[in-house]
Amino acid sequence: MSDARETTIGSRIIVSVLGHDRVGIIAAVTNILAESNINILDISQTIIQEFFTMMLIADLGNSKIDLAELKAKLAKTGEELGLRIEAQHEDIFRYMHRI
Amino acid sequence: MLTIQEMFETIKMVQREHLDIRTITMGISLRDCGHSDVKIACQKIYNKITKLASNLVAVGEDLEREFGIPIVNKRISVTPLALLAEASETESYVEFAHALDRAAEAVGVNFIGGFSALVHKGFTNGDRKLLAAIPQALAETKRVCASVNVATTKAGINMDAVWLMGQIVKETAERTADRDGLGCAKLVVFANVPEDNPFMAGAFHGVGEAECVINTGVSGPGAVRSAVEKVVGTDFGTLSEAIKKTAFKITRMGELVGRAAAERLQVPFGIVDVSLAPTPKAGDSVAEILEAMGLERCGTHGSTAALALLNDAVKKGGAMASSYVGGLSGAFIPVSEDAGMIRAVEDGALTLEKLEAMTCVCSVGLDMIALPGSTSAETIAAIIADEVAIGVINQKTTAVRLIPAPGKVVGDFVEFGGLLGRAPVMATNAFSSHDFVLRGGRIPAPIHSLRN
Repeated sequence: MSDARETTIGSRIIVSVLGHDRVGIIAAVTNILAESNINILDISQTIIQEFFTMMLIADLGNSKIDLAELKAKLAKTGEELGLRIEAQHEDIFRYMHRI
Repeated sequence: MLTIQEMFETIKMVQREHLDIRTITMGISLRDCGHSDVKIACQKIYNKITKLASNLVAVGEDLEREFGIPIVNKRISVTPLALLAEASETESYVEFAHALDRAAEAVGVNFIGGFSALVHKGFTNGDRKLLAAIPQALAETKRVCASVNVATTKAGINMDAVWLMGQIVKETAERTADRDGLGCAKLVVFANVPEDNPFMAGAFHGVGEAECVINTGVSGPGAVRSAVEKVVGTDFGTLSEAIKKTAFKITRMGELVGRAAAERLQVPFGIVDVSLAPTPKAGDSVAEILEAMGLERCGTHGSTAALALLNDAVKKGGAMASSYVGGLSGAFIPVSEDAGMIRAVEDGALTLEKLEAMTCVCSVGLDMIALPGSTSAETIAAIIADEVAIGVINQKTTAVRLIPAPGKVVGDFVEFGGLLGRAPVMATNAFSSHDFVLRGGRIPAPIHSLRN
């Protein structure tokens, strides 16, 4: 996993949260990122097709943990809050929507 | 910067519309593995595959985690085995199938394709031995897939091979009768077979290919259906545009993942196969796309036109998204692997004849169709002949994967489970094709002027 950053894939990831809105979602997610020294570059939230949607762009460059670990932490928190929280490399979004 | 709507769209395509990378397939040349001693040849085959593909599954799983997109299958295709097996002094090629099976198991892939022969113009001694070994090889191995190219537009149709394949399909079903004829799900008969197809069961690593390549196959019938549903009631130009855009996005995923996989495995990137490959999962159906276009059931009048539009729009969108599009590229219409197709057959909307017509305008052919166990080898050969004739005349790939399910009659179901799904047994024409099929020889290659 750690060698991923040295190949074609950049260190920027997108954290997505989908589900029902409730108090403390952003706090819970950003707390995990802060603990791991992951810098947040952009954050936005909205309601799309009745789904509470939060997208957060972060940089794993100086992270203390790798993506797999982060995904596990986020998934655990997501379960506790009844939400689906994912972390994916930014490339998949960029590649799909930008020529 | 990406918008939140764009990010949401990607996530929705993966999480709710089953967008996935259907397969990362490593093509491996085995041309340097021939040996007069079959044991040594098998050992060389095993060693080469397990060396080159040792990280294939791990890399696939890493990419799946990082990109958050499922990569359903990691697979291997190899040089058509008849090409190298004929260097060995042996009468049975079953041992080669076992070597492939062991290698596939060792590296953890679910299928390995290439127990194949190219006999569109005639047989070598090795080709004959390979064909003879197919029923036993498919009965005794789990992961090995076989394919035989019996016709090309340039060579015509080798009707001796077609007749032989009718008998081999039948024998393969009988040897796997305890599993509803499962062996036949791993056997494809082709016309104009592509050399870089990553999809099973027809994958092999063609003779014009490099030492080792990575090919990917994408799939997203659910995402296309969702796009079609959004433009309900619009004209055909708008419909085609919606499909093209979605196909573009789907193909970009294949390109990204394929290139990343190739780089990490340190082999060249081959092609993206831009296909709509359905699965038995709800919502992952090509038939449902046609129905979303406005047909009450897939198979009714208008289905061929709808499929033609779909197939063309998918290719146009896909060709824009990747520099190297190849393989089968188009919409697949396998009956057993598509819940909408199964329903259409059950409701009496879709027949074998209509499926044959639909294969004129899409990839690939008569795929995963269960027939009554009493269907004769002559009839199976005649169905193959019809389908490859469509490919030969129209300069396209066509394929046949039929399961004459032992002991089953029309209306029964054949159950394979998993990705192979379940198939309703379909009726064939009751009249005989015997005297036609057994004439022997080749149907000449078609003329390419005077096109009508």
